[in-house]
Amino acid sequence: MRTESARRAFRQGLREGAPFAVAGFVLAVSFGVIAREAGLSALATIVMSLIMFAGAAQFTAIAIIGGGGTVGAAIGASALMNSRFLPMGAALGPSLPGGALKRAAQGQAVVDASWALAGRGDGTFDRWLLFGASAAQYLTWQLGTIAGALGGDLLGDPAELGLDAIYPAFFLGLLLAEARTLRAAGVALLGAGIALALVPFAPAGVPILVASLAALVGLTRSAQTAVAEAQAREQEREREHLLERERQERERAAR
Amino acid sequence: MATAVLKAIGPIALGGRELPLWVTSVIVLLAPALLAALVFTQAFADGKDLSVGAETVGVVAGGLVAWRSGSIVACVVVAAVLTAALRAL
Repeated sequence: MRTESARRAFRQGLREGAPFAVAGFVLAVSFGVIAREAGLSALATIVMSLIMFAGAAQFTAIAIIGGGGTVGAAIGASALMNSRFLPMGAALGPSLPGGALKRAAQGQAVVDASWALAGRGDGTFDRWLLFGASAAQYLTWQLGTIAGALGGDLLGDPAELGLDAIYPAFFLGLLLAEARTLRAAGVALLGAGIALALVPFAPAGVPILVASLAALVGLTRSAQTAVAEAQAREQEREREHLLERERQERERAAR
Repeated sequence: MATAVLKAIGPIALGGRELPLWVTSVIVLLAPALLAALVFTQAFADGKDLSVGAETVGVVAGGLVAWRSGSIVACVVVAAVLTAALRAL
């Protein structure tokens, strides 16, 4: 059921997601070019973006295939890379209505930027904001992939153009938006350290997965207190908002 | 594809119920940990070797731009341009 507030949240999602959509376009172009370089057909490249809609996993898969790895290894590594969507989806679950199938469909809209934007800091998510932000990014992601896959020959060597720096830079931008607190920044450094330490020893994707253990810092009392406080603040804000609306309706009825 | 399944499992498994506090607390920290791991392994490593190159400088510069300006578009563009410029030297 589309209500006015849902439409508003969706539009807000489109607005807030717009910069990520633009950056995503550039990223997708670089993906299209790099995928073609690795030997994929234009069609395969485009289909990959259509189905996966996940930059980190797509780039990982291409890196493996381009390096001579098997398709099985590529699928495995990109699944690992995408495993972060498991906990993201779990966090999102309570904020999604409907039966299993409907929730599964809504879960597809999760990408890092949208998930970060839609999070309210208390554990709940604004799902229409998520949909709006993801819609914008999905559109530019496909357009960018098509442009890169078909027009790549025109651009020349991707390394020369610095296209391979775009992907880590994009995620760094996301990280800076996410790691606003000292605790988050510390966990980020811990996660990075774990991953880097494992790179020489573990197959692709594993360092990233193990790095997620750094999030266990969330088990400490101070971390949980911070979350509880954020939730309380959010509830207070919603209560005030409700009271304000009731007050306005009373005024309207009195006239 | 595996991606679709992974994105679906979370909402299905837990829909409707409130998460315990410690779960939320850990999840809130997952994004920083994972994003940082992604960024640093991409910027400082090439496959299985750890390496520092033009790409590293570009990414760091992009990060600074993102930090100061908050614009993700500027961040990405600066990273690409700087990396390309350094490679052209």
